[in-house]
Amino acid sequence: MASDSLPIQGAIGLPRESGSTWPATLHEWVITVDHKKLGLMYIGMALLFLVIGGIEASIMRVQLAVAHANFVSPEVFNRMFTMHGTTMIFFVAMPAVFGFGVYLVPLMIGTRDMAFPRLNAWGFWITLFGGVLLYFSFIGGDGLYGAGNAPDVGWWAYAPLTSTAFSKGHSTDYWTIAVLIAGFGSVATGVNLATTIVTMRCPGMTAGRMPLLVWLYLVMSGMVLFTITPLTAAQLMLMVDRYLGGHFFDTQAGGSAVIWMHFFWIFGHPEVYVLIIPAFAFISEIVPVFSRKPIFGYPIMVAATVAIGFVSMSVWAHHMFTVGMASYSNAFFVLTTMAVGIPTGIKIFNWLGTMWGGKIHYRVPMMFALGFLFQFLIAGLTGIMLSAAPFNWQLSGSYFVVAHFHYVIVGGILFSLFGAFYYWFPKMTGMMLNETLGKWHFWLFAIGFHVTFDLMHIPGILGMPRRIYTYEPGRGWEQWNLMVSLGALLQAAAILCFVVNMIWSYFRGRPAGNDPWDAWTLEWSVPSPPPVYNFAVIPEVLSRRPLWDVKHPEDPDWKYE
Amino acid sequence: MSAIPVAIRPWTLPSRGRVGMLCLIVAEAAIFTIFVVAYIFYLGKSVSGPTPQQVLDIPIFNTICLLSSSLTIHFADRALDRGQMVPFQIFWFLTFALGAIFLAGTGMEWHRLIYTAGLTISTNLFGTTYYSLVGLHALHVTFGLLGLGLVMVLALASKLKQEHAGRVGVFSLYWHFVDAVWVVVFTVVYIIGR
Repeated sequence: MASDSLPIQGAIGLPRESGSTWPATLHEWVITVDHKKLGLMYIGMALLFLVIGGIEASIMRVQLAVAHANFVSPEVFNRMFTMHGTTMIFFVAMPAVFGFGVYLVPLMIGTRDMAFPRLNAWGFWITLFGGVLLYFSFIGGDGLYGAGNAPDVGWWAYAPLTSTAFSKGHSTDYWTIAVLIAGFGSVATGVNLATTIVTMRCPGMTAGRMPLLVWLYLVMSGMVLFTITPLTAAQLMLMVDRYLGGHFFDTQAGGSAVIWMHFFWIFGHPEVYVLIIPAFAFISEIVPVFSRKPIFGYPIMVAATVAIGFVSMSVWAHHMFTVGMASYSNAFFVLTTMAVGIPTGIKIFNWLGTMWGGKIHYRVPMMFALGFLFQFLIAGLTGIMLSAAPFNWQLSGSYFVVAHFHYVIVGGILFSLFGAFYYWFPKMTGMMLNETLGKWHFWLFAIGFHVTFDLMHIPGILGMPRRIYTYEPGRGWEQWNLMVSLGALLQAAAILCFVVNMIWSYFRGRPAGNDPWDAWTLEWSVPSPPPVYNFAVIPEVLSRRPLWDVKHPEDPDWKYE
Repeated sequence: MSAIPVAIRPWTLPSRGRVGMLCLIVAEAAIFTIFVVAYIFYLGKSVSGPTPQQVLDIPIFNTICLLSSSLTIHFADRALDRGQMVPFQIFWFLTFALGAIFLAGTGMEWHRLIYTAGLTISTNLFGTTYYSLVGLHALHVTFGLLGLGLVMVLALASKLKQEHAGRVGVFSLYWHFVDAVWVVVFTVVYIIGR
């Protein structure tokens, strides 16, 4: 019987340690190599930096709300957008997706920990250290000349602005080293996730039976190996230039500033996919469960993800159309960029196909997933617009681009992360998040998001360049900028709802039980929160939905797969 | 209801260590690729001398040493697999010695370039790219020598047994990778670039 091979276990009766002191608890978390604790710490780190990065964004929006504002100086404004971008990518988005990855992957593939638990801990701590180092620049970045404090070269740090002649002091070095060692952490966790997925699956979990989330994380970790490392190399070169007098990006000695752009975007563009593929992964778990149907087109979803992974590695120079490349290079990158739309479109249709005819439950995770679908589609469409080189020449470096990529990162990745949060919080803590507060969170955030980022396209089309710290009145930008800034206020209110919800639910929430959503993957077969060893007995699976087989022995999936 | 065909099939998955090391090698290969691309891109773009043609000699002896160390580590692996500890120790020591000769050779080459030819990392673009690329490889050789030395010490202390063959084999993968990178670096720096 299937139920013999896949017992739904209770916890082995280990006595819960009660009355442990604060130092003991802290010590336990610092020395832990448990993938669940490390996953939670990754997510906690991401939330902390999300608030910091959000404050930086708010400072910029206050400054830009009206023309000729004097809220911050131009120097501070430069530091704000540099720190905002660097923080959000390297210390919010990456830790968040890695956090969910190291938490969920071992549970979903039916094993007790990652392939290399200590490497897992190293990856987390080195990433956190990178974040701390980046922010230490605020007090430590004065440097020899007393010039600058936090990095102010922008998150892509184009040469030759980063050379010692133009970036005096040590702020740029803090940026370089922080990003470099965070990259080490990412590669370590990428290696770890890929190895875990390849070598640690429970009996019966063939490649065709892995949950889609696991498949997508495999693709994402593979991409991490290829894409974070070029940035590592480029940062090493930048350090050779700054510390040893090298000439990699020194145009006066024959070096090239454009090659930094290439190296940066060889990292930078696939990085977007490294972040969005986990977002796809969450949606691919949430949509079927709340539509009460198995995922539509599983093999095609896998193939489309692998295709996205491959194609996204050859699109980087669409960030560089205005540099003046040869026309055939332009044509190549236009076509590859547009080609990414095909597998992405397939995924969107498959999610719609999953919902089609399903019994949709409008719970908070599903609402965020629906928001994701709608917004990610629009983000993709402005992406296709920007991929056309002539259109790009017109709007590159304008607020239209800022609106586009925030649509991807906030409307896509962040919405999906919030969905994941509401979906797996019960598993992680044993408590349900409050549904009413969650709906407030969703609606405030959705409305705030659309007010900010829909309207942000318009000043871009009207010619407002990005990264300016203020602007003249009378260009028709004022009303749009004011509304964009007001939208940020709504988003901040939504985040407040979220934080209150987490704290309130953790202490006063409704207990979740093992399987609050009546879901089908292995993580829901263990108690919430899962015991240290995850599974008392390593399960054996026969299909893609092992818990469905257990719950419906009369009509199991393995008959049809 | 018919019985569910839960035949207890053998369930074997690839070795953790090998897969992890292969992932690391992929990541490292990407780093080297960027440095090699930079080297090739900047060939002949230096605005001042010296040029590679003027100062570089082909390190044939060095190259022979490093590449043959791949062979000796392979023999060492095989010996350990079969539990032949003495041949293992001999071949492992040979590997270490060949790697050390390579590193010393690189050191001597750099000494000559710096003090005789007057080429440093800040002299010109060639110096910057050359020392970065060759230095990155030499750094990997150094890490490899540390690993080789550690295994050697453990073997001499009789702590290393036949059952550790799998783990030692994982380390050998890294050493083979370092050698393979040298084939690329050698070709790019000393053949194409000269």
